[in-house]
Amino acid sequence: MAEEVEVSDAMAVERTLGGDRDAYRVLVERHNRTVYKMAYRIMGNAHDAEEVVQESFLRAYQKLKQFAGNANFGTWVYRIAANYAIDRIRQRNAEETRRRVPIKSDGDSLEVDPLSQVQDGSPSPERLAGSAQLADRMKAALAELSPAERTAIVMRHWDGCGIEEIAVVLKSNPNATKNTVFRAVQKLRRAMAPFLEGKEARAMGTEG
Amino acid sequence: MKHITVEELIGYHGGDAQEREDIATHLKECADCRDEMARIEAVFKAMDAMPVPDPGEDYGERLWQRIAPRLGERKPRWWGSFFVPQRLVALGGVAALLILAFVAGRLTKHSVPPVDQVDATKVRERVLVVAVGDHLGRTEMVLMELENAPAQKGQKPINISETQRRAEDLVEENRLYRQTALKEGDQAMASTLDELERVLLDIANSPEELTPAAFETIRKRIEKQGLLFKVRVVKRGLDERKAHPEARPVENQTRGMERKKI
Repeated sequence: MAEEVEVSDAMAVERTLGGDRDAYRVLVERHNRTVYKMAYRIMGNAHDAEEVVQESFLRAYQKLKQFAGNANFGTWVYRIAANYAIDRIRQRNAEETRRRVPIKSDGDSLEVDPLSQVQDGSPSPERLAGSAQLADRMKAALAELSPAERTAIVMRHWDGCGIEEIAVVLKSNPNATKNTVFRAVQKLRRAMAPFLEGKEARAMGTEG
Repeated sequence: MKHITVEELIGYHGGDAQEREDIATHLKECADCRDEMARIEAVFKAMDAMPVPDPGEDYGERLWQRIAPRLGERKPRWWGSFFVPQRLVALGGVAALLILAFVAGRLTKHSVPPVDQVDATKVRERVLVVAVGDHLGRTEMVLMELENAPAQKGQKPINISETQRRAEDLVEENRLYRQTALKEGDQAMASTLDELERVLLDIANSPEELTPAAFETIRKRIEKQGLLFKVRVVKRGLDERKAHPEARPVENQTRGMERKKI
């Protein structure tokens, strides 16, 4: 185990490519938490987040030959995961829409995004107190964002990714990506306005 | 005084506004913009209040246990593909079968006592059971991946390159086993392997990126023919044979399965 700690990402990649499958374990164990956090924030629940992490590490393994050795493996697998997450969330939204339209089924049979469930109904007085309630509101607000907006704000705010990096994941250009981040913040701001202090001057505008 | 736009303030918060010094100076002087900035930052603070549940200390281990069996799927070099363990096992199995078939045939022609014939047949069956069981296990994985692949919306192409590579490898083995099953007179198994071969060929010869419609066609074909079900039944029968060599022959069981499907 002591040896594993000292193995750099680049060495682990080399060994994996050389046929040492266990070397890949070092990479999985080293980077899974970062990828999981991002996936959870985008997907909104642990089950989907775990699926994203699992699939991303599998894809990274299968594409390892394409990985440029001088790049950072953590960044690379993070990007693969962000790409997969945005695809999955789009797919999930489409499935939900398809299922919701024809029949109003009982809640058990619907695969509803837990994020969007939080916003339904008025919260109980108990929940309206404290930071847990704020977190719930934020989860609900995030769930209302489009997949691109959600991915962009997660990458930007929590993981400090640059606009260019986010643009690659969104398959967009930097200017459009900036707008996506901007729209996401504005939507969150609008949704959170009743729960945060202060008036909403200029909230939606870009005027000087 | 010209205020800073909300967009610029968000960019400033993210560290990518071009006029950072100007904005910083303006914020010192302008209470309105400071208030605005405070409101934006309150949103970001609220985001930080949203916790991510800990997946558990053993998450890395659990994750590895789930993905490890699915690794090793990278396409080997063409010359290397002859030496991958699965193929060596398969080819070895088929070679052993051919040798045994030859020896058994020789023994039959020379009217060797029936006991020897029975022994040769048993060994031959045993080799077939083990080799085909392993082959079906890997084929089942490929079919499951295709059947369980998430549905795709719109026209976005679906990349099946990894599944395709494994299908390519399986086609060759499948052909050898099908021919052996035919020689052995196990029509039911030969028929299942024949159906599998066609689907595996379809997958192997498809473009790496399929349209959702083309992907759906392959998936429906697997579903319609009940291939996954057939593979599982045959495989279960082989597993039982492996565990209890004296149990009923493979061919009986596969034929039984065929009857049920009809």
